[in-house]
Amino acid sequence: MHAASFVALATFRESVRDRVFYNLVLFAVLLVAASLLIGQLTAGQDVKIIKDLSLAATSLFGLCIAIVVGIGLVSKEVDRRSVYPLLAKPVRRSELIVGKYLGLLLTLLVNVAVMTAAIYLVLFYLARGVPPNIQQAWDAPALDPALLKAIALIYLELATVTAVALFFSSYSSPLLSAIFTLGIYVIGQFNADLKQFDRIVNAPAAVALAKGLYYLLPDFARFDVKLAVVHGQPVPVAYVAATAAYALLYIAALVCGAAALFARRDFK
Amino acid sequence: MQAAIRTRDLTKDFAVGFWRKRPYRALDRLSIDVAPGDVFGFLGPNGAGKTTTLKLLMQLIFPSSGEAEILGRPAGDIAVRRRIGYLPENPYFYDHLTAEELLDYYGRLFRIAGGERGRRVSAILDRLGIGAERRLQLRRFSKGMLQRVGLAQTLLNDPEVIFLDEPMSGLDPLGRRDVRNLILELRDQGRTIFFSSHILSDAEVLCSRVAILVKGQLAAQGTIADLQAFHVRGWELIVHGVEDSIVQRLRGRARRITRIEGARYAIELGTESRPEQILTELIADGASLVSLNPLRDTLEDLFVRRVAEVGDAARAEGGHARG
Repeated sequence: MHAASFVALATFRESVRDRVFYNLVLFAVLLVAASLLIGQLTAGQDVKIIKDLSLAATSLFGLCIAIVVGIGLVSKEVDRRSVYPLLAKPVRRSELIVGKYLGLLLTLLVNVAVMTAAIYLVLFYLARGVPPNIQQAWDAPALDPALLKAIALIYLELATVTAVALFFSSYSSPLLSAIFTLGIYVIGQFNADLKQFDRIVNAPAAVALAKGLYYLLPDFARFDVKLAVVHGQPVPVAYVAATAAYALLYIAALVCGAAALFARRDFK
Repeated sequence: MQAAIRTRDLTKDFAVGFWRKRPYRALDRLSIDVAPGDVFGFLGPNGAGKTTTLKLLMQLIFPSSGEAEILGRPAGDIAVRRRIGYLPENPYFYDHLTAEELLDYYGRLFRIAGGERGRRVSAILDRLGIGAERRLQLRRFSKGMLQRVGLAQTLLNDPEVIFLDEPMSGLDPLGRRDVRNLILELRDQGRTIFFSSHILSDAEVLCSRVAILVKGQLAAQGTIADLQAFHVRGWELIVHGVEDSIVQRLRGRARRITRIEGARYAIELGTESRPEQILTELIADGASLVSLNPLRDTLEDLFVRRVAEVGDAARAEGGHARG
């Protein structure tokens, strides 16, 4: 797996140069504009709204990168035939898949880290002039460390979406991969409902099918603790850890699946 | 002696068609042996199966049946990949990496240590004539420059066997001359070179052995001299001091007689003629010999004939099948 780390670094370098981080500029502009606007319009609620908005924006911007770049990871290599000279080197196909995935994870990590810093900076700026007695009335402090839990789970969600994109793009066209990944992402938001299908449907076969789909498809709702964090409700560390374990297991299965599909693929 | 490259009954079928898939045989039971140190030309018209063969050897695609070995190990073996270089047809790399960074990346994959890697990258880029451009991103490179980068990455690991898929493709005359010289230099260093091409003049200059592939089938294989020697199609006799009366006398026995200048003539004889006898007669009549050469097929003649033969055979087979 030594080769995978070199592939990862090259992937990271390529995505940085491919202006993946331009979205950060858009994110910063959005955040600053929103905070200025909301500061004018609302009284006392601005910190909460900014937290809500910035976490949603982190998730959305990250999702765009995860899907667009994630799908291009393998399909671009294959379509442009840069995979030909690469696979003639001492690199296993599985190492290529793992390396590409890790490269994008690194890109996402830098992206999310910069966004996090921007969020804390804006929150610091907003809280600066507010008297302590008003701050005490807030659901959670402006620079609440619990925000990091929400951001960590957003990152894990993005890592899972990337793995889904990688899985589909290891054998399918970019367009189909985008449709499948987006489809899985949307279904994954409502996946928890499948678990409780027996409450609304009586047919055992349909219930069994729904349960099967629940375990097969990712449960993206698990990763969303944005509302709880913004409203100062506790998010137990155990919950974060369990969700991380769930994500890692799911990612491992998807990356192994992608590697297995890619291993037998003919590059015509 | 162990072959550098060996294939046995190597076959590749692709499924074609959108709704009803049907098999299409791109390569049909290819068996070749390439000895170490050979410059082996893999020739054929477009669509003959040359790139398919190279992809099979690189394990970019998998054979339907048959086997391929490089340096005595199965093609695709990781240990073998450390000892080979491969230039794909119309190579494409990463737009946003520079030539230097690309080679550094590949050098890491070969586990070439830091200092040595830097020296090697620099020396190879110098050898391929890539100067200050090495620090430009590859998206700014012309097709010819990309081809040079492709060749550079092929040599990075000091390979024993080098596979080149249409290495002259997209190069201007100067670039082609450089690549020809590079191949000759690599040959002199004792490396095995397997290159596919449809440019026969390059093969004629460079190759010790060739194989001609037509419609996925091996149509001919051997040294260029062997392949051409089978097809001596006459003799060309150039003589000086020949009088017109002698020329008239020879007209019935020669295929063609051309005056070069003055009393110097080129006399083309058929294979049925005995050049020694005619030469003796001419010398007895006071002519002097300038040269006597067998007229052999060029590689192009051989190539065109084999392609036509395979086409005829396929049509005949189709006719029988229909009948």
